[in-house]
Amino acid sequence: MSTDLDTIIKKYKQGKREDLIPLLQEIQEDQGFLSEEAIVKTGTFLGLSTTKIYGLATFYDKFRFIPAGKIQIKICHGTSCFLNGSQSIINRIKEETGINPGQTTRDGNFSYEIVSCMGGCNNGPVITVNGEFHSHVKAEQLPELIKKLKYVIDND
Amino acid sequence: MEDLKSFLIEKVLLFESDTLSSDTEKVLGQVRREKPAQPVVYLSSGTSSLIAGSARTYSAIENYISENALEAKLISVGCTGPANFEPLVCVHIPGKNKLFFRNITEEKVEPLLNGVFHNDINEDDLAGQTGTKGFELWPGIPFMDEHPFFSNQKRVVLGNCGCYDPESIEEYIARGGYRSYVKAIRHYTYDEVCDIIEKSGLRGRSGGGYLTGLKWKHALNTNANARYLICNAKESDPGAFTDRTILESDPHRLLEGIAIGAYAIGASNAIIFIRSGSDHARNRLQRAIDSAREFGLFGHDIFSSGYNLDIVIKKEPGAFVCGEETALINTLEGKRGMPQLKPPYPTTAGLFGKPTVINNVETLMNVPLIMQNGPEWFRSLGTENSPGTKVFAVAGKGRMSGVVEVEMGTSIRTILEDIADGIREGKDFKAIQLGGASGSFITSEHLDLTIDFDELRENGIGMGAGGFVIIDENTCMVDLVRYYMEFIRNESCGKCIPCREGTGRMLEILESVIRKPLNEESGTTLERFKGVMQLETIASVMKDTSLCGLGQTAPNPFMSALKNFRDEFEEHIFDRKCRANICRGLRSFSIDVEKCTGCTACASKCPVNAIYGTRLQPFFIVEDKCIGCGICFDICKFSAITVK
Ligand SMILES: Cc1cc2nc3c(=O)[nH]c(=O)nc-3n(C[C@H](O)[C@H](O)[C@H](O)COP(=O)(O)O)c2cc1C
Ligand code: SF4
Ligand code: SF4
Ligand code: FES
Repeated sequence: MSTDLDTIIKKYKQGKREDLIPLLQEIQEDQGFLSEEAIVKTGTFLGLSTTKIYGLATFYDKFRFIPAGKIQIKICHGTSCFLNGSQSIINRIKEETGINPGQTTRDGNFSYEIVSCMGGCNNGPVITVNGEFHSHVKAEQLPELIKKLKYVIDND
Repeated sequence: MEDLKSFLIEKVLLFESDTLSSDTEKVLGQVRREKPAQPVVYLSSGTSSLIAGSARTYSAIENYISENALEAKLISVGCTGPANFEPLVCVHIPGKNKLFFRNITEEKVEPLLNGVFHNDINEDDLAGQTGTKGFELWPGIPFMDEHPFFSNQKRVVLGNCGCYDPESIEEYIARGGYRSYVKAIRHYTYDEVCDIIEKSGLRGRSGGGYLTGLKWKHALNTNANARYLICNAKESDPGAFTDRTILESDPHRLLEGIAIGAYAIGASNAIIFIRSGSDHARNRLQRAIDSAREFGLFGHDIFSSGYNLDIVIKKEPGAFVCGEETALINTLEGKRGMPQLKPPYPTTAGLFGKPTVINNVETLMNVPLIMQNGPEWFRSLGTENSPGTKVFAVAGKGRMSGVVEVEMGTSIRTILEDIADGIREGKDFKAIQLGGASGSFITSEHLDLTIDFDELRENGIGMGAGGFVIIDENTCMVDLVRYYMEFIRNESCGKCIPCREGTGRMLEILESVIRKPLNEESGTTLERFKGVMQLETIASVMKDTSLCGLGQTAPNPFMSALKNFRDEFEEHIFDRKCRANICRGLRSFSIDVEKCTGCTACASKCPVNAIYGTRLQPFFIVEDKCIGCGICFDICKFSAITVK
């Protein structure tokens, strides 16, 4: 968390309906997720009911309502990565972490997301771990990778 | 820098004659580093090279230069095309042809540069040399543009990609950029620009193929006090990356195309709707917008022409369907990105009810070229009804992959066999999938069709936006189609029943086809076959009654696979066999008693406890319990698990 919510909201002086998505995006970029407080404040500012905002935000995939994990994994599931085995990576991450895409483990350590085509099709399957690319990933490397990451978190 | 800026503005952008003075040309040649006085090292820096490790290569080159106190320059350029050459490094030694080296990961930098600077080049890393007049040839090194990957292409839209620093507006202007735009706003009327584009025959590159000039005229001729131009850079098809590559490699030409388009329809506001996740592209684009504004290319009363233009970037919030134009408009208005019934078309009532033109990235990239070279030039490329070129993201199982541009009228076989150099690892070709999640499959009988809107359409194939996925024998078509269907089912906005329920039902049928029946006698096989028989009806209802293109085209992959690969569907249903050994439910695993050491690794990881045994004795799998997940197979260090 860095910037104060009000500071972000103030930037959208005119407070029009079309500001809603950019505003939510900016809050999420800053805070990592959309908190209840953020939605209530946005609603008051734009004169929209919170249900309207939730309705909109849940329609789109990129908004999240719980903080992302300390380790955030993105798995490319575009066609090339699929042909090269991204499905088994998703299955394995699901089995290792016990969560679905978009969720965060209860200890707050992990979250993962499925995206389509990161632009490195030739080196698929591609994943990113906290923004860093890993190419030619194999499902059997994941338990080891996750163990290593856990170690990093625990010793942080 | 300030000097160069005013020079470029006065002597180039605002210079009235088409031919520049030779003094000006000389300066521009320097900006383009045509005859550098010191060595220049170019490194590709698009996402695909970043994934291949180019950021580390960059630092390694930087270090090499400073440690050896070399008078050399390092420049990041966009993407040249061949993804399997990434990171691609090009070295220009003064007076000699440029040399290209492939797969230069950080550890290769030192030996590579040592070699180049001491005339002892490692042939293994070489991709080729350029052949430029007046430069010394490297003996025995093939020319880059004679490589089949390039020699069969016609790089027009991609002409700048990989050649210049995408963050340098000076270089773009030195390459002739922004002159057409400045000329248009100062000397042409709106109608004249629309006419030129209409005459060129340019058709929308996002797949539909509607005449761009005509679309612009619709918007221009609708009375209104404001108009909008939107560049659709959403590109969220799984496996598509051409638009993003363009944004990363040549952002200025896209901006010029947008600016000309906005002017042509009399719009003062343009919006780039960009896919979320393309941060690298977005940053480059934002920098390009900022520097163009500094040059006075956007803003108020641009170069005293009386024309005002503002270009902003909006980030898409994550829904496949919001690439559809009416859904896109809803999203920009702060609503749910659901499509709307047309008419009214956006050109009559679009964003905020105002006339709005929505164009794809590749479409707009063609615009500055047409303005610069004339509509006749454009018509001389490609075919009668599909002039110009088409860019594809060639991916999948070809030997070469990457961003490729061919003249319309090129056969699909040329792309597959010459440009992509056939199938990797000696496998057999199975199909090509054109056009992303709702495209259709092209089999060997259709390889001689050419890239042309009408010819493909007559054969029931959509041009698609740019996906060109090569599929080999190791792919299970049923599973691939299930993958597409799952994608589309997840992405249906749910507004209309045929799409929402139809995609769900189709996915259900496909899943039942790849699942092992619980009990052989229960008649489930027949049920599954009946499901497949229903498909045609579901597909035709979806096609006829869905509101938007997503629902209308969703059955395409399925129907086209069923038509071309029916035997694979039947094998799954009747023989419970997946010849590619991909479908989980149909795989059966067993343990080789000879190899098993009884290490217990598999048993401890099996999610359904299907593996039994005593430590240090061979283990065994209970077939009825096994769900075919393959974890044991992946995990066994002794290759004791076999799959059938
Ligand atoms: C479900 C759906 C998704 C679409 N996604 C995109 C997209 O990502 N990019 C794009 O340029 N056009 C997309 N389109 C097409 C646009 O609606 C629109 O026709 C196009 O941007 C027009 O540009 P053009 O005339 O330059 O081809 C999509 C259409 C549908 C039905
Ligand atoms: S066809 Fe599908 S995606 Fe399109 S509007 Fe209907 S439900 Fe939504
Ligand atoms: S394939 Fe999966 S379910 Fe079957 S035995 Fe192996 S680990 Fe267990
Ligand atoms: S499909 Fe994964 S990077 Fe393109």
